[in-house]
Amino acid sequence: MDKPNTDVIQGTLDLLILKTLSLEPMHGFGISRRVEQISRGVFKVNPGSLLTALQRLERAGWLDAEWRDTANSRRARFYWLTRAGKKQLELETDDWARRAAAVARILKAET
Amino acid sequence: MSLWRQLTRGLRALTNRAAADQDTADEVEDFFEQATAALEASGLSPDEARRTARLELGSTLAVREQVRASGWEHLVETLFADLRYGARRLRASPGFAVVSAITLALGIGASTAIFSAVYPVLFERLPYPAAGRLTMIWDVGPDGSRNDVTFGTYRELLERNRSFESIAVMKPWGPTLTGSAEPERLDGQRVSVAYFRAFGVAPALGRDFEAADDQLNGPGVVVLSHALWRRRFNGDPAILGRHVMLDDDPYTVVGVMPATFENVLLPSAQLWAPLQYDVSLPVQGTEWGHHLRMVGRLKAGVGIERATDELGSIARTPVRDFTRPRWASLENGLTVDRLQDAVIRSVKPALVAVLGAVLILLLITAVNVTNLVLARSALRREEFAMRVALGAARPRLIRQLVTEGLMLAVLGGGLGMVVALVGVPLLVALSPAALPRSSAIAVDGAVIVFAAGLTILIGLIIGVVPASNVLRSDAHVGLQRHLRRSVGGRQWTRGVLVVAEVALAVILTVSAGLLLRSLQRLFAVDPGFDAARLLTVQVQASGHRFSNLAATQQFFAEALDAVRRVPGVSAAALTSQLPLSGDQDLYGAHFESSPLQRADESRGTFRYAVSSSYFETLGIRLRRGRLLDARDVTGSPLAVVINESLARRRFPGQDAIGQRLHVGPQSGPWYTVVGIVSDVKQMSLGASQEDAVYMTTTQWHFADNPQWFVVRAWSDAAALAPLVRQAIWSVDRNQPIVRVATMDDLLAATAADRRFALRLFAAFGVVAIVLAAIGIYGLLAGSVAERRREIGVRSALGATRARIVGMVARQGMMLTGLGAVIGLIGAVAASGALVGLLFGVSRLDPVAYFGVLTLLVSVSAIACCVPAWRAARVDPAITLRAE
Repeated sequence: MDKPNTDVIQGTLDLLILKTLSLEPMHGFGISRRVEQISRGVFKVNPGSLLTALQRLERAGWLDAEWRDTANSRRARFYWLTRAGKKQLELETDDWARRAAAVARILKAET
Repeated sequence: MSLWRQLTRGLRALTNRAAADQDTADEVEDFFEQATAALEASGLSPDEARRTARLELGSTLAVREQVRASGWEHLVETLFADLRYGARRLRASPGFAVVSAITLALGIGASTAIFSAVYPVLFERLPYPAAGRLTMIWDVGPDGSRNDVTFGTYRELLERNRSFESIAVMKPWGPTLTGSAEPERLDGQRVSVAYFRAFGVAPALGRDFEAADDQLNGPGVVVLSHALWRRRFNGDPAILGRHVMLDDDPYTVVGVMPATFENVLLPSAQLWAPLQYDVSLPVQGTEWGHHLRMVGRLKAGVGIERATDELGSIARTPVRDFTRPRWASLENGLTVDRLQDAVIRSVKPALVAVLGAVLILLLITAVNVTNLVLARSALRREEFAMRVALGAARPRLIRQLVTEGLMLAVLGGGLGMVVALVGVPLLVALSPAALPRSSAIAVDGAVIVFAAGLTILIGLIIGVVPASNVLRSDAHVGLQRHLRRSVGGRQWTRGVLVVAEVALAVILTVSAGLLLRSLQRLFAVDPGFDAARLLTVQVQASGHRFSNLAATQQFFAEALDAVRRVPGVSAAALTSQLPLSGDQDLYGAHFESSPLQRADESRGTFRYAVSSSYFETLGIRLRRGRLLDARDVTGSPLAVVINESLARRRFPGQDAIGQRLHVGPQSGPWYTVVGIVSDVKQMSLGASQEDAVYMTTTQWHFADNPQWFVVRAWSDAAALAPLVRQAIWSVDRNQPIVRVATMDDLLAATAADRRFALRLFAAFGVVAIVLAAIGIYGLLAGSVAERRREIGVRSALGATRARIVGMVARQGMMLTGLGAVIGLIGAVAASGALVGLLFGVSRLDPVAYFGVLTLLVSVSAIACCVPAWRAARVDPAITLRAE
């Protein structure tokens, strides 16, 4: 049997990252784990896409990043939302809600 | 979006790639360690945890590459890598690089040069405000030809039209400027008051003409061109109000035109004075002569059709205020042209043909270089196969090939710009003197954009064609050396390209052949006189004393005597207008017994006032009667000689001798025909026969000025020029010599546009044939090299050398044959565009077509020889052992 598809829905990775970081600053692996946990394993983020997305979002000015010590005294690159990032999160959240609702309506429609 | 961050982060990565890579590596490493730690925490052993992490997350290297490839700087980096690699490859085969670059430089350079010459003439708007509204207005002849207008027509249109904002008329004017420096004959124009206003250009200094300036016996005022003002008056702003002496009369300078003013209707004009015609329009005056050019500026929003309609209805409805003489009755209407079209009409066929030729040449060079690149990419198959096998993405390889193509094109384009910069002045020097707007020809922004666009286009072609060809094949095929014998597909593409080259070369050379045949035919035309060893000198008698008819005649007669005494002169004569010089002095010839036919009415007859020695000097043959001679002087019966065609047309089956006619107004005296001479070509060798009437200078009612001295030399005509000049000046030092030319020069000038086109076509044709030969040679040489083993096997199995030579030659000749057939069809189609330039030959002239075929077959036979010979020398023992 095929493994269930755990790919993030196309175009929503940025939204997931922004939302996750809006709770607290986090490093790459933290984000990956948080997404997996909260989605109860439905989504798994592969590190290549995640780190690429982080680099893109950081360049877009929505995240800031810094090397910091972690709780277990290792060094990791932490990301947190900038003001622009917060605004972007709101925008993308609204946008997603609108579109998801539309998809849901279509699926529910009587034939 | 933060552009700033994008830029700085990208640049940081570019300038310090090591640090950026380290950063990414650390982060990826950290990610993996955390993942491993998390797995360990969930109970796996360290080894198992590491393996699971690897399994789930993939290789750290791949992740690092993915992150690295995501920024824009990555594109820049790969571009640089491609460029470095491409440059290395070009350096590795300098022969290929040099040949390709030179070929492309030829194509791009020639196209750019031609474009820069043709663009301003054919496509650029004339340099006037709202230039689209500028028009020329012509009187229409019975045969539909465009004729100059009369002043009377101008006055009527000025009054009655509602379509034009302003209209103006002009005629050429050649005053002699005297004063501090030596006398100089200048080109200028006499213009009606609104001339500059029609063009929408005002003087940069001083004022425009005013109504008070342009009236009979008005003030002597003159406007100077910027160039004349700088040259003769040192650009002195105090020139305004100063007097200058023109033909011994004082003129007041009232204005100077701006440097940017381009006088398209007479580019050589250096000064302008008001026309000052008589508005009461005396019917016998110059006011009713067809000798004025008319320009008009349409009112905004009035189209050219509406204006034509309006002028048509004015022509059809004469009014009492403007009575028209019969010869200016406008019964055939008036026609309106865009000024732009009127200016370029005569040169358009030659320019369009040349532009087409150079585009064909460009295509050939592009095909040729594509072929070279293809041949080389065959050798690179293994390299590409290897790279694909190692995981290179195809788009990446295509990009690389396109980058290499563009590099080659840029190299060629850069050299091409040099070719163009050298070529443009050369082209202007070669171009017919009548080329309008030649001052606007320059390598400017539009030209550079054109060259750059061409370069990029060609770069894409020579990159994409080989790319699609190399990558079409399977990767593994290229890796297997022995399969290199399977050469079908690529050879096919190259074959098509060679066929295309041959076909294009045929089109160009057939066109060149047709033009060459036309020129031969043209120069085989009998001008009606002996053009060899003939020197012509036009002299203007200037100054007040020459307002007297007798004084003028005396000056020219004395000068003629002086010229006759010059050693080396075998005969000399005077004439008012010279054949093939561009002179066009037409009169009505009204025979007493043969009233003018309607169709002849405004046809006009060339009038020559000549010295009696004219016919002998030019070698014009007497057909009947007698020539003009010493009998025909002032006071004796007025005699004329007419030409054969006129006699035959007006007196078919009768004797024209003894007939009486008026030359010009019918109130004039009767002339009697005393002789008939052979026809002489007046306007050009290509023009159909023209009517002519000759009388002696002394029996004409005014003194023509300027006049031509025609001098027959014993040997070299050009060498006589300084002596003849001295002889004329020995009579009067102050008389300016307007033009000096040998008749050979004038003959050549009448074919200038055809010769110009022929020279370019011939040059392009030679290059095209050579390139096509190189293409055939390259293809065969490559194919022989690739088929060495096969050829070896064949000869081992007993094939004779002749058979092998035949095999290779057949391949080459088949390509030639196919190309030739396609090319001939193309040439027949293309010759349609040349018709305007052909003379005396059909566009299907068999000599031109067969000549080109012969040339092509011989050249391609030579191109086949070397590879065939090489194939024949393949030693089976060596080839087979090499496997």
